[in-house]
Amino acid sequence: MPLPSKLTDFTLAEARDAVLGRKISSTELTKAFSKAVADAKPLNAFVTETPEKALEMAAASDTRIAKGEARPLEGLPLAIKDLFCTKGVKTTAGSNILNNFIPPYESTVTQNLWDAGAVMLGKTNMDEFAMGSSNETSYYKPVLSPWRAKNSNAALVPGGSSGGSASAVAANLCLGATGTDTGGSIRQPAAVTGTVGLKPTYGRCSRWGTVAFASSLDQAGPMTRTVRDAAILLRHMASVDPKDSTSVDTPVPDYEAGLENGVKGLRVGIPKEYRIDGAPPEIDTLWQKGTDWLKAQGAQIVEVSLPHTKYALPAYYIVAPAEASSNLARYDGVRFGHRTKEAVRDMIDLYEKSRAEGFGAEVRRRILIGTYVLSAGYYDAYYTRAQKIRTLILRDFEQAWEQCDVLLTPATPGPAFAIGEKSNDPISMYLNDVFTVTVNLAGLPGLAVPAGLTADGLPLGLQIIGKAFDEATVLRAGRSIETAANFTAKPQHWWAA
Amino acid sequence: MSQHAEKTIKGETGDWEIVVGMEVHAQVLSKAKLFSGTSTEFGAEPNSHVSFVDAAMPGMLPVINRFCVEQAVKTGLGLKAKINNRSVFDRKNYFFPDLPQGYQISQYKDPIVGEGEIILDMPNGATVVVGIERLHLEQDAGKMLHDQHPDQSFVDLNRAGTALMEIVSKPHMRSSEEAAAFLKKLRAIVRYLGTCDGNMDEGSMRADVNVSVCKPGGYEKFRETGSFKHLGTRCEIKNVNSMRFVQMAVEYEARRQVEIIEGGGTIKQETRRYDSKLNETRSMRSKEDAHDYRYFPDPDLLPLELEQSWVDSIKASLPELPDEKKARFIKDFGISAYDAGVLVGEKELADFYEELARGVDAKAAANWLNNEVLGRLNRDGLGITQSPVSASANNAIIRMMGDGTISGKLAKDLLDIVWSEGGDPVQIVEQRGMKQVTDTSAIEKAVEAVIAANPEKVEEIKAKPKLAGWFVGQVMKQTGGKANPAAVNAVLKTRLNLPDEG
Amino acid sequence: MSVDKDTVRRIAKLARIALEEDRVEPMERELNGILAWVEQLQEVNVEGVVPMTSVVAQKLKMREDVVTDGNIAEAVTANAPVSEDNFFVVPKVVE
Repeated sequence: MPLPSKLTDFTLAEARDAVLGRKISSTELTKAFSKAVADAKPLNAFVTETPEKALEMAAASDTRIAKGEARPLEGLPLAIKDLFCTKGVKTTAGSNILNNFIPPYESTVTQNLWDAGAVMLGKTNMDEFAMGSSNETSYYKPVLSPWRAKNSNAALVPGGSSGGSASAVAANLCLGATGTDTGGSIRQPAAVTGTVGLKPTYGRCSRWGTVAFASSLDQAGPMTRTVRDAAILLRHMASVDPKDSTSVDTPVPDYEAGLENGVKGLRVGIPKEYRIDGAPPEIDTLWQKGTDWLKAQGAQIVEVSLPHTKYALPAYYIVAPAEASSNLARYDGVRFGHRTKEAVRDMIDLYEKSRAEGFGAEVRRRILIGTYVLSAGYYDAYYTRAQKIRTLILRDFEQAWEQCDVLLTPATPGPAFAIGEKSNDPISMYLNDVFTVTVNLAGLPGLAVPAGLTADGLPLGLQIIGKAFDEATVLRAGRSIETAANFTAKPQHWWAA
Repeated sequence: MSQHAEKTIKGETGDWEIVVGMEVHAQVLSKAKLFSGTSTEFGAEPNSHVSFVDAAMPGMLPVINRFCVEQAVKTGLGLKAKINNRSVFDRKNYFFPDLPQGYQISQYKDPIVGEGEIILDMPNGATVVVGIERLHLEQDAGKMLHDQHPDQSFVDLNRAGTALMEIVSKPHMRSSEEAAAFLKKLRAIVRYLGTCDGNMDEGSMRADVNVSVCKPGGYEKFRETGSFKHLGTRCEIKNVNSMRFVQMAVEYEARRQVEIIEGGGTIKQETRRYDSKLNETRSMRSKEDAHDYRYFPDPDLLPLELEQSWVDSIKASLPELPDEKKARFIKDFGISAYDAGVLVGEKELADFYEELARGVDAKAAANWLNNEVLGRLNRDGLGITQSPVSASANNAIIRMMGDGTISGKLAKDLLDIVWSEGGDPVQIVEQRGMKQVTDTSAIEKAVEAVIAANPEKVEEIKAKPKLAGWFVGQVMKQTGGKANPAAVNAVLKTRLNLPDEG
Repeated sequence: MSVDKDTVRRIAKLARIALEEDRVEPMERELNGILAWVEQLQEVNVEGVVPMTSVVAQKLKMREDVVTDGNIAEAVTANAPVSEDNFFVVPKVVE
């Protein structure tokens, strides 16, 4: 395949081969992306841009390449969600409460990427503490999607919470980005921005050094333009980390190796409960197309049932806020983060004012819900019951795996919506994650792959769900969808000066 | 069966009985903290023994210290308790500046150790069995300094995250003495095990004491039925840090409760603080809102599952504990239960005794330790581990006394010499000619000299044979205390034709 | 189940988030909206189901009892809003 004429149009795999093959230097590649980032201010995809750091890293990569010491991601510029702590570089989690926080340590995931030679372009905008599905809860203003509906100039959301990363990948501001996914925060923005997003199995990527939202659900993963790029990036994000008790002791395979092996003989489950009332018909149509594509490539299609699916989202909105209410207690204005400038009567007053000022509305709402469901007298009715339902959801999947190897579902109930369209109705906002959240509750891997456009020309994605630690099969099936869909649409370049 | 030496309080309206339960926080002896690799050393520079994990920086995660788990299991085994092969760490959520995470990682529903017991030997000979409800592992908090600044508090997290064992007793103690004895025995057990240094001054062991009073018979009904309704409302006295204060606090608190009830009032369940200067307990101002700790399993950790074989290997390596040692001392050394109880109360004392009693008469050794060594240590304000004369040097002195090398009187003089000057007792006896004279001719010579010098006494003794003691004293003086008193007696008896004593 | 205004005030206090009096009513409404929606979980039969404590099927990792960290007081206090001599400083607390 001929290489694109613009460096920023390279996929991660193409750039890797070009850099390692010394066809281009990391410095020229990095300069091109840094410029694209600087030119894309209207998208507001980045909270912090680090062009100087990027150039230093690129120069170091070029030196290594010259010495023949290149590493697997040598010199490849990436964007990092602002939830990953980066040593010496401000890390906000999209929140005012961490407005001035400069971590004196590096998260395991980003350290793994730098150890593989990658270059950091900056930190991407996100919903505050990853709580949101549209990037509108960010203290640093919403991110805009590079996509616009046909014949419309209305600003659309890029999804969330990894909206900055999704927007940056979709607008070719980086070769790939990191995201995190607690209820769909990688897959949902990927789907609505026409990009690829993979939430790995819980325990595959270390959570050490990544600001916690809901510890039992949070998982980092790659956001890229192609399935191959996701396979490459995941390999260098994932690790077995002795610093994370929930990191699983399973070696990280080469996800790229079997990528093109196709789906012949693969049993693909179609869960009937994912057909929901009120979803636009385009979603069902696309899902059927995806089923047909896989069937045409030799997959065996099986109808399966995941009976507890409809309870996943409400269970999630108990478990995640409960964990968050506790995880976010450390933002108390004592050791780091925002402390109120107002006069305070006492320590309690200091806590209450600092936290009320530091947290935005959605975060406050979720902390209160979480505090309530854990409080005396309500714990069993809410939290224990939700955790039991989680067990039932996991059991649903385990029963499905007796009939199939992967599941194919829609990724989202619809395309990107307009900024402000859902921000006054929490529950309609929460419903964006209806197809993605089950996977988090069960700890399984899920991949969003761009599969088509709505009549308005907005991207839609399909989701492949796999067995725990079977990302290789998930990626392989995703690659088959990608090949069949041949999704080549790109947004208009309206944001650049 | 336990037989309590019940201590009743005489009230205006009749007798009242005391019921005490205790929660003891014991700092686990380990190099590193419970969930981080930071040192537990005491007294370091502010925040120098703090990692990003201990300071609860964003994204930091706990990883448990295996040795702390082992120490908890070991302590559980020492309390003859059930080890739970599956336990769970929970978060106890509350805000305080010394609690960096905003929650304490603790164990709530599923502790690592279940029910056990501690046996108390009371001075009156009674044996009291106090049930242990549970033991769990948790993180300690940091420390606040309030005296550095008029309107600011300083926070030092050096202690934050250090492993604690919370050991909870059942309400099985019936007097202030039993409460103090419980803490003392628990301290002895953890020190024998090496799981806690028991240093109450540095806060390595702190007790929360629950006190209630009831009418006679109430406690027995509670034991029969397990229902707390037969007991009075309890108050919890927080953070008492010595045995003596435990005793005093229980006494004060029980009387206070009786006075309130008899005055027509009711006891409010609350936490109180013991003021040792005023010897009283005071209500701790209750926090603005009622505690609601919102416990839930810590999602950063998995359940703690122990292999039975690991527990078994810990069990196999347990040292001899106070109760076993006491039984052995009684059996092997033939000393009284009371003496044995006192000796095993402190591991160092028991070790000292065993070394001191090696190969000599055990009772004489016990007497020597009690009367001579402990007397002198007490006088000098020293502990057993600080004794200027080692157990083996004492053993040498007792040996020399036992085989007649030195007299009992000289043995004490010798102990004083080694006490103040140091040195090897055997050599000192050699060098300073302190050996007892048993040579009859030397003694005869001395006897003759005393007779010659005191003819009037020789006359007197014929009428008053009891004067023989005076002669013995004179002969001892002549020989500089070295004459064997038995030999002197024998020579005098023959020489002065004294009658046999009865 | 639903919350009333007093409950909203109580949980805001527990969570240490100041809630202006005029925000109590809207928050009550928002929380009740969410609680009404999660109410559907009550229809699931969870009899005999073990609540999930972890999706990870592995044993808890343990670290050895070795000192590997610490002596970074300056880095630890570097982000503190107020600190002095490597102490964190807060308004006077009465214990």
